[in-house]
Amino acid sequence: MGKTLAEKILAIKSKRSDIKADDFVMAEVDLVLGNDITAPVAIKEFRRLAKNVFDKDKIVLVCDHFTPNKDIQAAEQVKFIREFAREYNLTHFYDVGDMGIEHCLIPEKGLALPGDLIIGADSHTCTYGALGAFSTGVGSTDMAAAMALGKAWFRVPHTIRFNFSGDSLKPFVTGKDLILYTIGQIGVDGARYKAMEFGGAIIDNLSIESRLTMANMAIEAGAKAGLFAADKKTVAYLQRAGKSAEEIYPDKNASYYKVYDFDASSIEPQVAFPHLPENARSVSEAKGIKIDQVVLGSCTNGRIEDLRQAAEILKGKKVHQDVRMIVIPGTQRIYLQAIEEGLMQVFIEAGAAVSTPTCGPCLGGHMGILASHEVALSTTNRNFVGRMGHPQSAVYLTGPYVAAASAIKGEITHPKEVL
Amino acid sequence: MRGKSFTGRVFVFGDDIDTDAIIPARYLNSSDLDYLKLHCMEDADSEFSSKVRPGDIIVAGKNFGCGSSREHAPLAIKAAGVSCVIAESFARIFYRNAINIGLPILEVSLKDQVKDGDLLSVDLQKGLVSFNDREFQAQAFPKELMDIIEAGGLIAFVKKQMEAGEQDA
Ligand code: SF4
Repeated sequence: MGKTLAEKILAIKSKRSDIKADDFVMAEVDLVLGNDITAPVAIKEFRRLAKNVFDKDKIVLVCDHFTPNKDIQAAEQVKFIREFAREYNLTHFYDVGDMGIEHCLIPEKGLALPGDLIIGADSHTCTYGALGAFSTGVGSTDMAAAMALGKAWFRVPHTIRFNFSGDSLKPFVTGKDLILYTIGQIGVDGARYKAMEFGGAIIDNLSIESRLTMANMAIEAGAKAGLFAADKKTVAYLQRAGKSAEEIYPDKNASYYKVYDFDASSIEPQVAFPHLPENARSVSEAKGIKIDQVVLGSCTNGRIEDLRQAAEILKGKKVHQDVRMIVIPGTQRIYLQAIEEGLMQVFIEAGAAVSTPTCGPCLGGHMGILASHEVALSTTNRNFVGRMGHPQSAVYLTGPYVAAASAIKGEITHPKEVL
Repeated sequence: MRGKSFTGRVFVFGDDIDTDAIIPARYLNSSDLDYLKLHCMEDADSEFSSKVRPGDIIVAGKNFGCGSSREHAPLAIKAAGVSCVIAESFARIFYRNAINIGLPILEVSLKDQVKDGDLLSVDLQKGLVSFNDREFQAQAFPKELMDIIEAGGLIAFVKKQMEAGEQDA
């Protein structure tokens, strides 16, 4: 019987060709990831367990959530991680200055490759499925054990296949809209314990940035991983990071738990209403909702393509006087590229605040917290109660085009209305 | 934790209780358990940490613990003294984390049968919950997970394996 992408990778990494969904396997991991929130807990557990890390080149620690340190406690956490990274001479420790949001940084550096098995103590580790890796979020204890052993246990997931057909997407529709639409169709636990596999003509033509955005939000449907075939585009993307990679595809006769066929050409730009990502609707249904803050950034939409899309709308225009717009490029390189392309000038002239890379407001950490009854429109991935600040604030999720158009109008707006 | 039977007071929560509700990110600048437990469930019930007593039980609907991978969520619940979380279903990372840190969890649909303050008896070994002379059977854990649970969590389990490995070599 043929294999899905998830089954293929887990079979290779567990050295068991016969695996099927629901089997338990111990498998070797290619990368273990942690951040400034999850790594301190993992390091404490690791020290109870082992004296040495399994491979100093395969552990990545990124200080991105509360950095540049927002308070003394955050500073202590980062200091704790920094000392650990130095003690073990870890190759991939990223601190302020070369840091980026982990899920923007790792693909950019070519640290996640097709066919890799990756775990990270961060739920959005599923992002690297966009590059054909089996990549999944775990907790700190799993991270600790994997730092010692280079292995982790997995239950092989069933796979749900999503085919996006159609000739082309409507104007202003991006990967963010496709994934919000998908979560709207299946719900926040629609893929719980399953792998999502994305394909079809529309996906073949989709940029790697948009694929990263889609894989990133697989967890918002409860999925263990969100996978894309690694095709010529993937190989070319990784070449730019100096890595040679091989294409990988699911078998044609793979068996799926369920198959969804979406006509992507009919999908409108999406907005997910508070307080769950599954509350996705067309932007026209959100028209006129007043907003206090717009956030452009995060591991979902903090890449160069996202900044370009927002700048395209904002060029020569002003952010509405009642709106605070915050722009956060995902990595230092994206930041620099945005400066070189003149995007930062567009944002600043429009009246937006621009920051160094950080998770910041995405998780209500710092850099733009909401007061009670305030409303944000955000390109991030979660709109849970209190996610961005006060428990009585509200977050609407969308892509960069709608975010920029709405920032200009002060209310949720279809991009075509401001051009 | 296995082999234990106990009785506890119930706190009922709804569906899709996310990790931001269990322990909001604004408190994640620390991993100190005494600090985390003070804010446990805060954005779902702001008085939870003052009401909860050791041995109490959380009963919830589907997809409990969805959202972030923060282990601070099951850690905060455990630190608050909660003896067991019973939900119709768990989000996968929370499920994994709870097993890894030794927080007892059971998968059974109970939310609409009980109310705050009810007393539930739980037999973890059998996965059996009883209430008012009625019994509810939870999903059994697969053997591979029982091994981790019985070792007392993932760290203890891996330690045992590593020691066995050294003897083999
Ligand atoms: S940007 Fe938001 S979702 Fe992404 S890693 Fe940071 S906090 Fe998590």
